[in-house]
Amino acid sequence: MPSAGDVIIKIEDAVVSYREDVALRGVTLTVRRGELVGIIGPNGAGKTTLLTLVNGLGKLLRGRVEVLGYSLNGGCPDILRKRIGYVPQIQNIDPRMPVNVWEVVMMGRYGRLGLLRRPGSTDRQVVDCMLKLVGMSHLASRPIGHLSGGEQQRVAIARALAQEPDILLLDEPTTGLDRRARVEIMALVNEIHRSRHLTTLMVTHELRTAAEVCDRLVLMKEGRIWIQGKPEEVLREEILDLLYGDEEGICS
Amino acid sequence: MDLSIFSYKFMQNAILAGLLGGVACSLIGVFVVTMNLSFIGVAISHAAFAGALCGAWLGFSPQFGAFLFSLVAAAIIGPLADRGEFNPDTPIGIIFSVTMGLAFMFMGLLPGPKTQALELLWGSILTVSDRDLVLLAIAAVVVLVLVMLFFKEIQAVIFHRQVALAVGIPANLIFYGLLFLTGSVIAASLRTIGGLLIFNLILNPAAAAYQLTYNLRAMFALSVLFGVLSTWLGLFVSYLFDVPSGATIVIFSAVIFIIAASFSPKRRVKKWR
Repeated sequence: MPSAGDVIIKIEDAVVSYREDVALRGVTLTVRRGELVGIIGPNGAGKTTLLTLVNGLGKLLRGRVEVLGYSLNGGCPDILRKRIGYVPQIQNIDPRMPVNVWEVVMMGRYGRLGLLRRPGSTDRQVVDCMLKLVGMSHLASRPIGHLSGGEQQRVAIARALAQEPDILLLDEPTTGLDRRARVEIMALVNEIHRSRHLTTLMVTHELRTAAEVCDRLVLMKEGRIWIQGKPEEVLREEILDLLYGDEEGICS
Repeated sequence: MDLSIFSYKFMQNAILAGLLGGVACSLIGVFVVTMNLSFIGVAISHAAFAGALCGAWLGFSPQFGAFLFSLVAAAIIGPLADRGEFNPDTPIGIIFSVTMGLAFMFMGLLPGPKTQALELLWGSILTVSDRDLVLLAIAAVVVLVLVMLFFKEIQAVIFHRQVALAVGIPANLIFYGLLFLTGSVIAASLRTIGGLLIFNLILNPAAAAYQLTYNLRAMFALSVLFGVLSTWLGLFVSYLFDVPSGATIVIFSAVIFIIAASFSPKRRVKKWR
């Protein structure tokens, strides 16, 4: 069992390509247990691709990826996926989808349960606990498609946590949300990361909040890691000007 | 009203075929509706029809031909749509048109009268054989058992395939399994329901159930209820008015959908939110 401070994610010279588009161009990154790493950069920088390399949803063309001691070069073993909570970008969920909030969070348990096994009382307790943690217990029986974007993100975080993961991957958890929901979600991520001793990688455009909650920031551009370091080291105006060009980098 | 018709073996077989076909098709329909696979299902149905005609032409079992062609169609469509090299509509449209072309070609190649081909096109629930019933029973039981055994995995894949994969569910295996299951049920039901009509019996009951509930288990149950009701009512009206049973079955399934859509609580979502 790795202890705090051990390297549990090791990516070396990773190249990922989607047909003619190269999404990652020789990325090397290590993440230590317990770190909260923010991944920032302009659109198309390869942030989401980097995130999906960790849980094996992204297909490696060249390089090496090792997570929690498992090599992902031959594909991601299911046993590893069960230990990685993943919150994808906000999806458009069909409001008529016949699945409710409680069932969505329970899905986080399904990988751990394995095929042919039904959820037991422990699983139900975990789901209730996670819904309470993200403040969504009162909406447990509501159809998932009837929730607002912020509520759906809370449910997605609860589902990822129901896996009782070692690693949490968050892909732009606040995109499309209003200011209040953004602040609440970032505070929730920070609290969960610290209280549950997770290793968290978060793609975000919330530079100010990321500076407050992240231990380290990785700045990406054009499929490469451009610069990384502590927030106060990398979030400097001249760096952000170069990273984003003339665009305003810092979100409120 | 003279109900002595129900004492005849052919009518009893038809009622049983309606039950088994209704169960199998309407269960499959839930995957098709919730995962937006309607066009894929239509393409697989036509591939099954072409395969059955190929079997009839070459002298082997039409059911085997249907089974083979529908599985090949599913095996081609799935990966092409998945890889994202084309918009999924493109490969599905190509498969659809190719299988229709093959079906007409095999129909043209069939020697003698085209009675068998027309039976495969329209179905013949009133002349269903014991062998057809066994095949339908196997299809219905297999689908029912698989849905019960893998309900949680199916639910997760229906909700979001990438999320299902990310939590450690073999989502691609489940997805392709559902496509193959769709092909198998279509092949098993083809002679009874007919190549042109079968997809309506898959789609309509599930689409009606989708209008009425937010619970997946209830949706499966309602879909089965509507599927069996459509076939039985269709059969009954077909007997009463001496009209083709395949057509009346599909008309009833469409009427049930219209009623469900008209009274759907989901249509009132915007009003009470």
